[in-house]
Amino acid sequence: MSRAVAVSIAILLLAPVFLVRAQGPPPPSPLTLIAREGRRPVPTVTQGGQELIALDDVASLFQVMVAEDAPTGGVTVTYRGRTIVLSAEQSIASVNGRIVTLPGPVTRSGRRLMVPVEFLPRALGPIYDRRIDLRRASRLLIVGDMNVPRVVARIDAVGPPTRATIEVTPVAPVTVASETGRVIVRIEADALDLTLPAGGGLIEQIRAGDQANTVALVLSGTAGMPRTATVANDGLARITIDVPAATTPGGDISTAPPPPPPPTDTLPVGTRARFAVIAIDPGHGGDDIGVRTGDGLQEKELTLDVARRVRQRLETRLGVRAILTRDDDRSLSLDERAAFANNNKADLFLSLHANGALGSGPQGAEVYFLRLDREGETVRRTANADAVSLPVLGGGRRLLEVVPWNLAQAAYTDKSEKLASLLEEELRRRVPMSPRAVQRAGMRVLTGANMPAALVEMAYLTNREQASKARGDDFRNAIADALYEAVARFRAASIEKLTP
Amino acid sequence: MMASAVTKLRRFLPLMIGIVLLGLLAWGVTTLLERLTSRNGEPVVATSKPAPSETPHIAATLFYATPEGDALMPIRREVPLAEGVVAQGRQILMSQLEAPPSPYISAIPKGTTLRAFYVTDKGDAFVDVSGISAAHPGGSLSELLTVHAIVNAVTANLPAVQRVQILVDGKEVDTIAGHVDIRRPLARDTSLIREGEAASP
Repeated sequence: MSRAVAVSIAILLLAPVFLVRAQGPPPPSPLTLIAREGRRPVPTVTQGGQELIALDDVASLFQVMVAEDAPTGGVTVTYRGRTIVLSAEQSIASVNGRIVTLPGPVTRSGRRLMVPVEFLPRALGPIYDRRIDLRRASRLLIVGDMNVPRVVARIDAVGPPTRATIEVTPVAPVTVASETGRVIVRIEADALDLTLPAGGGLIEQIRAGDQANTVALVLSGTAGMPRTATVANDGLARITIDVPAATTPGGDISTAPPPPPPPTDTLPVGTRARFAVIAIDPGHGGDDIGVRTGDGLQEKELTLDVARRVRQRLETRLGVRAILTRDDDRSLSLDERAAFANNNKADLFLSLHANGALGSGPQGAEVYFLRLDREGETVRRTANADAVSLPVLGGGRRLLEVVPWNLAQAAYTDKSEKLASLLEEELRRRVPMSPRAVQRAGMRVLTGANMPAALVEMAYLTNREQASKARGDDFRNAIADALYEAVARFRAASIEKLTP
Repeated sequence: MMASAVTKLRRFLPLMIGIVLLGLLAWGVTTLLERLTSRNGEPVVATSKPAPSETPHIAATLFYATPEGDALMPIRREVPLAEGVVAQGRQILMSQLEAPPSPYISAIPKGTTLRAFYVTDKGDAFVDVSGISAAHPGGSLSELLTVHAIVNAVTANLPAVQRVQILVDGKEVDTIAGHVDIRRPLARDTSLIREGEAASP
């Protein structure tokens, strides 16, 4: 009898353990979907060592249609007329007729159909309008042309002084601000793909900041004023943070070790990484239609469409951040366009237009860079003479050139001329060129751009043949390819020149 | 009676002649002063009416787009002669805004009117027009042709003028149709002019 009681007690005690085991391993933390519209968690489950996502979640997130073929157990996923056929037996999917492999087949969990998470980049990615990038290690699902650099932090020396290093790949502009008890690293990006260690030494904690593009280092109470330095090379930006111990108040200052000299081989904090941001300006917009053809093709629509194609190429192939002055149909003043590029510290400014002539004869692409008038020439000659040296956070000084902002382009006309000639070369390989392929003219939108800048007239919409071509994907892709290649060549030449 | 009247006339005649002479002198001085100030003074807005058709003409070079619309063509045309830089400039611009000779195209939109024209003592001219932006077809090239048809028409015919600023409805503007910077006076640009001598229509 007593034995039966003991067994009963043992069963009761062990029951929770069995229950937990029956439920399988704990669910993984949800993926975070990052898109222009914002971020949201995407739940997944783990079964048989595989991470699965429910197809009804996929349907609501990506606006796809899911249809089950009852007799075979297969499933069809449709997105804008393109289809994915999933097999219930095999770990493959037919994506618009092409076979891709998946880690497992479509399975059923209760009422829900489940697929491996790799379904998203491998099967849905090729037919979806926007890029789908799954970064499982960091639990991120990035949709569209989002700039999400990898940020890896480590503690190099516990110290004191404690040294931490943060590496950002690919390079992105970085600013570092030291506040009481903490250091905030702000990276120009839409979100961050973070790998952060626990703290060490005088750095108690390294964690994601309050904003999506910041990292916060929490310092211990005995930490002194941190010193930071940023360098950008080899395709990454490296931020070094040295945290000394606080000097004791009232201590003998004369016996304290002298502070180390400020690092001389590093760029000052806030220095932008080389060629990380490209500003693209789709001409006209809103009430300002630009040139319009007889059959309704509008310059403002063409420029926006081509700008998006250029952005997609720059971000996916070159790993730079491409920003559009407008990503919808809105009117912007010419100064607002240049100011947008300046405020985002763009390294290049490209304004896209389509041309119009008074007759129907002229055709071909044209590239413009700025012709300086008398005032602009004066600014160009005196720009360097008026430079002011200012101290910057983290030690050292930075030379600031004082230029009237609406004549900022005056300092870049030589580089802009080089950019224009590269644009002309790449365009000539792909599309018809005007007899005046490169021109120097007083283009208003370029005057305030504080970086090399050019304006591209893709084609004459007043020419019947050109207007008809400009409607098609072939022409638009050819222009986007040409602009991408020209920017890549200009960037490569500039980086080469800067690297000793 | 007669004798006393003649005596009175003899007494007043020099006075009347004096008054007439003084009047003539005052008129002369005023006219001279007006001419002097209109040449050397502050910007003067030309408000005089165009010269009547029987007045003599000068041959001026005006600028029109080629039939293809890809360049400016210098064309010699008869423009009424006017006195002074401002009045002559006004006549040149009025002719430039008129219908072009066949087969050329006007680089300035139809319906554009001249509001005012004035010249500063630095040699900068101001051409104030109305109705130019609304009717503009757009495109960098056609906008460059519009701007330089105006700038060249003034600078090619008035040696006293080096640069021209275009105003729209009396105000400084950024551009006419979103491309070409016209915030400051522009110098003559020959790069858009088709090679060759000025042709007569």
